Amino acid sequence: MDARRGPLAVPKVRRVGFFTSIEPSQDSPRPNRSLSGPAEAITTSSSPLSDSPSGQFISPVQIPPLRHRSDNLAAASRAAAPVPVPVPGPSAFRRQLASDRALHVGSYNPVDSLLGTSPPSSNGEVSEDSGSLFGFQRSDSAKLSASFPNGGFDMTMRVRAPQESEAKVVIASTSDGRKKNVEPSGTSEPVAATKPRKEKEQKSLKEKTSKAERRAIQEAQRAAKAAAKGEGSKRAGESSRAKPSKTAKQTQPKKDVPQVTSSLSEKRTVSVEKERRMDVPQAQMQYDDKSRVDKAKRRSVVEQTESKNKVELFLHLPQYERGNQLPNLSSNIFTLDTIHHAVYKVGLQHLAGDLSGDNARCIAMLHAFQEAINDYTTPPMKDLTMDLTGKINGYVSFLIECRPLSMSMGNAIRFLKNQIRKLPVDLSEPEAKASLCSEIGRFIDEKIILADKVIVQHAVTKIRDGEVLLTYGFSCVVEMILLYAHEIGRKFRVVVVDSRPNLEGQKLLRRLVARGLDCTYTHINAVSYIMGEVTRVFLGASSIFSNGTLYSKVGTACVAMVANAFSVPVIVCCEAYKFHERVLLDSICSNELGDPDAIANVPLRTNTKHAKTMDNNKNLQFLNLMYDSTPAEYISMIVTDYGMIPPTSIPVIVREYRREDLLL
Amino acid sequence: MPDVQSMVLEFVNKLRKRKIEGSQATARCTVELLRSVISHHRVPHHANQASALIDAVKAVGAQLVAANPVELAVGNVVRRVLHIIREEDLSLATAAVAGLDLLDASDDDEDVNGKGIGYTAMSAAVVAAAARSTLRPPSLQTLLEGTPESATVPYTSSSGADSESKTADKSSITRKLKHDVIEGVNQLIHEIAGCHEQIAEQAIEHIHQNEVILTLGSSRTVLEFLCAAKEKKRSFRVFVAEGAPRYQGHLLAKELVARGLQTTVITDSAVFAMISRVNMVIIGAHAVMANGGVIGPVGVNMAALAAKKHAVPFVVLAGSHKLCPLYPHNPEVLLNELRSPSELLDFGEFSDCLDFGSGSGSPLLQVVNPTFDYVPPSLVSLFITDTGGHIPSYMYRLIADYYSADDLVM
Repeated sequence: MDARRGPLAVPKVRRVGFFTSIEPSQDSPRPNRSLSGPAEAITTSSSPLSDSPSGQFISPVQIPPLRHRSDNLAAASRAAAPVPVPVPGPSAFRRQLASDRALHVGSYNPVDSLLGTSPPSSNGEVSEDSGSLFGFQRSDSAKLSASFPNGGFDMTMRVRAPQESEAKVVIASTSDGRKKNVEPSGTSEPVAATKPRKEKEQKSLKEKTSKAERRAIQEAQRAAKAAAKGEGSKRAGESSRAKPSKTAKQTQPKKDVPQVTSSLSEKRTVSVEKERRMDVPQAQMQYDDKSRVDKAKRRSVVEQTESKNKVELFLHLPQYERGNQLPNLSSNIFTLDTIHHAVYKVGLQHLAGDLSGDNARCIAMLHAFQEAINDYTTPPMKDLTMDLTGKINGYVSFLIECRPLSMSMGNAIRFLKNQIRKLPVDLSEPEAKASLCSEIGRFIDEKIILADKVIVQHAVTKIRDGEVLLTYGFSCVVEMILLYAHEIGRKFRVVVVDSRPNLEGQKLLRRLVARGLDCTYTHINAVSYIMGEVTRVFLGASSIFSNGTLYSKVGTACVAMVANAFSVPVIVCCEAYKFHERVLLDSICSNELGDPDAIANVPLRTNTKHAKTMDNNKNLQFLNLMYDSTPAEYISMIVTDYGMIPPTSIPVIVREYRREDLLL
Repeated sequence: MPDVQSMVLEFVNKLRKRKIEGSQATARCTVELLRSVISHHRVPHHANQASALIDAVKAVGAQLVAANPVELAVGNVVRRVLHIIREEDLSLATAAVAGLDLLDASDDDEDVNGKGIGYTAMSAAVVAAAARSTLRPPSLQTLLEGTPESATVPYTSSSGADSESKTADKSSITRKLKHDVIEGVNQLIHEIAGCHEQIAEQAIEHIHQNEVILTLGSSRTVLEFLCAAKEKKRSFRVFVAEGAPRYQGHLLAKELVARGLQTTVITDSAVFAMISRVNMVIIGAHAVMANGGVIGPVGVNMAALAAKKHAVPFVVLAGSHKLCPLYPHNPEVLLNELRSPSELLDFGEFSDCLDFGSGSGSPLLQVVNPTFDYVPPSLVSLFITDTGGHIPSYMYRLIADYYSADDLVM
């Protein structure tokens, strides 16, 4: 146990108390929540559990479970079903039973069932009462849970981590240990008997880990406070079995009181620190890291088969076979319950390659999230912030399985998570959902659509009559610029440069010609042939890194380089939400690999079977890079929603504006 | 000689219709055609053998060059043949003069060296001048001494020799010249056919273990070069850019894989992305200009720029028949050729766009599909020809060895 205590690292976890409730034993998370300020309060209010009016305040009191267990042992055994997710608002009693039973059986989804127990335990009067009277007991229980190796803390930490499912695994594994600990209390053995042991544990804990101790104290503090509040409203002198702990409680509180403020402030700093840490972009998954890949694979919804003929240089990127898993996946779009169908649809579109263009992908994803949030209901006894973040994390990892996220999508997801985290506490669930959806809508409008309009306005000033503009591939911003410039009567010619295998330029070409623009179409190899007559190059971007490196569709770097060689100004059009604080030097370390077959299949009718026959030769590989990075020196100017800036200003924008827009 | 004429016409047609691809194939066809032209050429008895041959070859050459001005190998080969004729003629003449010298050396030595008045001395002096003009690289002095003379020199010398010594039989000399020229042309054919091996032999000096090589386009020279290194047990990796509209990179990749090389096909757009992990760029040239510039498959300039940016050596393989004695002006346009737009755009799909501008006169949509690309000499690190490695600024001198200055303008 001691050995396992190490990783608990309790103080880092905010609102840990909530999860301690997993301990069937007693303590409730609630108290902390109501105590720890607005952020927590919202969770209670939004949870369906709030059916009991006092729930918000009362919940802290966790002692009752003991009683129930002992009292209703028989009842527990006959409890109908081990309903892990209680119906919102059933009789508290029954829920209690169910959870009880689950505990005994040991087969459950601990998070659900255990959380389920907490509110019923609050059983109105009992809990409050006990809360006020037996503050110690509460703290005690908190400690108890702390002392349980895999108890709530560990779990909460996992839950915070992006992979929800992983957390579940952990929880499942913990169930054993917990059961062991719980059993005695469950078997109506005199609570008093267990108490001393707990106390002992608590003491030893204290001695060992000051952090854990502090935390426990704090917990107790909160519980006490919450209970005190609750007391005001209702009070029933009950809790006959809480009494034994009375003595203990009396010993503790005095000591606790003075610490409150310090622990709270500490908590705040911790959370700030944590936020800062979250700001630092996550290291990308390296696919040559066997253990992590295996882990990811176990979780994955999409079963990708690794391609046989990997390119050695890119082992760190996912190299999968394409197109073979799409049919099965699309068939179970509505049967899959872990992933919302809207998200699922977007994921499959990514997988099939139907969505292209960063803005389109990002908007599709955000809309799907909007829908998912609309359909979301907080499971009973759960905290909306936590649960929704977990859900989003699940969606995101599903999307990543379908196709690695673009940088802009990563930024959007970060924005969304921040919004969830920053939800005002006192919002009810529907309100919270509405506010999230509107925030997402605002993001789309402001950061993408409006930003594009601003960019168009800026960029159009750079187009004069008689110019020859070159653009590469398909960028919706560039398209808007060209069309707008044409609309306001500028006379210019457009050179559309395209490249295999996507040939997105043809899409652009078609639209431009349809609007009556004078176009020249060519392929990327001929770019140095055509560059002589070009006066300006307009490029789109997938992302711009803070060292000024432009990360965009593969081939962009070639075009920019040739333009540079011909002394043609290169203007990059990029919304500021695509800026990223990572740095990138080459196109190898961070990239995405497309379908190699797209290259192997040559569209030429005459000699189609060029390389097709050699497919199975291990010496022959096809490499379909999706992105490349253009060094900042090739970029003359970046047009963004903040104006026209040189590439050296990217870090400034990232630092000054991003923080305020995305994080606050 | 109607058969020769028809052969010429046939070849001209082929060139005009771009039926022959690759400078090596073109060069071989050209030189074989010229050989038959020479061998079928019937020289009038008293005429000047060499000049008659030169005129005949020039006439045919002009037709061929006109048929496909972009295929510089044709012009190169014609010039090479002309050069061979001149050389053979000159060597015959010098041999004759040497014979005379031997005869005359006994009595009046100073006459030959100084300004003699005798026939022999006169002719010998002229021959010497002619020898200077042809053997020497083009220089101001040769120009001043008067190039038109050189064509007439053999005539005077031979007639002089004929009239003076009476030993040299006119018909035997004619036969000798023709025979020698055909020998020379055969040698040229052999050289063109064997340039791959010559170049490939040097591969081992340039490719080391674990190298990563980028190439683009489909070139037999490059293929042989890489395979030669592979045969020497060097193991390395090859990235092949596919060469978009024609996909010759796929052909090359297929052959490389068949020979057991580790090959990765990349899109042309990924050239810049990959170049940072490449140790050497090796390409086969379409033609090498006298200034050291290279005309290669489309996309080469991009690769060369990227290589320059990353300080990756850019190596050009070129057989001697690809060395062109001309200095390029605006070669991207003038020495280029636009291919069919159908390689880029599917006419069926884009039929609605293609006739958009038909009402207003000028079409809205233009498609540019060039065949070649020009790489300026500053981007080339090294040329590897069948005579060894050379830097771009040396190419003009190398070229002077193969061509005579009189033929530069045809």
